[in-house]
Amino acid sequence: MILLKLFVTFFKIGLFTIGGGYAMLALIRQEIVRHGWLTVQEFVDIVGIAEMTPGPIAVNAATFVGYRTAGLGGALLATAGVALPSLISVIAVSYVWEKYKTSKTVQNMFAGIRPIVAGLVGAAAVMVGTATFEALASVSHILLTIVLAGVTFYGVAFRKWDPIKLILASALAGLLLFR
Amino acid sequence: MIDKLRGCWELFTVFFRIGLFTFGGGFAMMPLIEREVVEVRGWAKQDEILDIFALAQSVPGAIGINTAVFIGRRLYGLAGASAAIVGVITPSVIIILIIAHLFAQFQSNLYVTRAFSGVKASVIGLIAAAALRAARGAVRDRFGLVIAAAAFALSVFSSLSVVWVMVLGGLSGILYYRQRGAGK
Repeated sequence: MILLKLFVTFFKIGLFTIGGGYAMLALIRQEIVRHGWLTVQEFVDIVGIAEMTPGPIAVNAATFVGYRTAGLGGALLATAGVALPSLISVIAVSYVWEKYKTSKTVQNMFAGIRPIVAGLVGAAAVMVGTATFEALASVSHILLTIVLAGVTFYGVAFRKWDPIKLILASALAGLLLFR
Repeated sequence: MIDKLRGCWELFTVFFRIGLFTFGGGFAMMPLIEREVVEVRGWAKQDEILDIFALAQSVPGAIGINTAVFIGRRLYGLAGASAAIVGVITPSVIIILIIAHLFAQFQSNLYVTRAFSGVKASVIGLIAAAALRAARGAVRDRFGLVIAAAAFALSVFSSLSVVWVMVLGGLSGILYYRQRGAGK
């Protein structure tokens, strides 16, 4: 019953992760090693690909692990498993939120929570930036990275440029200039 | 009925596009979601989307998926939530299956690596812009600034779970603003 096991395992991973896909990767690693589904090296490769391909990292990793373990059915069930807890938890919470969001106490609570989002996302920017720059080998790569990050930041933060076009333009710039 | 069906299809396509062009996880997804959901479609207001991002980070599940479910449910209930969730994960599934099946050497392909280096640079800018936009909407007084700085420091320098950071922030918001309201 490998399919059922994949579904249950990834459901559990989705259910017990709060705060996004990167936190999920540690849990996924633990589970696939415990079940002996993949080797650690295979897992490292999968994480690399999950980061390089579009979409939520958790979904990419779940689809890949499921496919490697049990083919197409495994891919679909692992993905469904990792996504389903979102459906349940968000529907429950958003129902309560829509009902009470006009209450004074809830508004005060969110006045305390909203700045946290800014702080957490700012921290993510610093951590992703540090990791990216640490991996760069040459001065020209560092300069190019600064320019692309700067242009994207300017366009999204101060102009209403389309993020999708900025990502595509950066991919093209990388293709032509990162050598 | 027809309207609902059309609405769900629109949700599916919007989140399909968001899933297709997001690299680097949920935080990088925020500017794309904000643009589509607030600016282009008017499905949520600017300060509502901040609350939705906050909630999406505080409940189980991946942030990008949680946000999709939030928006979908608010527009068309369970049907909308399902349309949005399927939309945001479908590009991943298709692309990963193609790569797993056909391109064993995907990661070491020279052109892929180069293009991805550009995307990675852009993602830093995207996340930084998401932080600034969130700060612009959320930090309205000195109290907000202190909370944002504390959350930043806790996230970088400690391993305290996001949930506890959110709980602490919510409690201090209730206490601070109630006391200030009473003082007036």
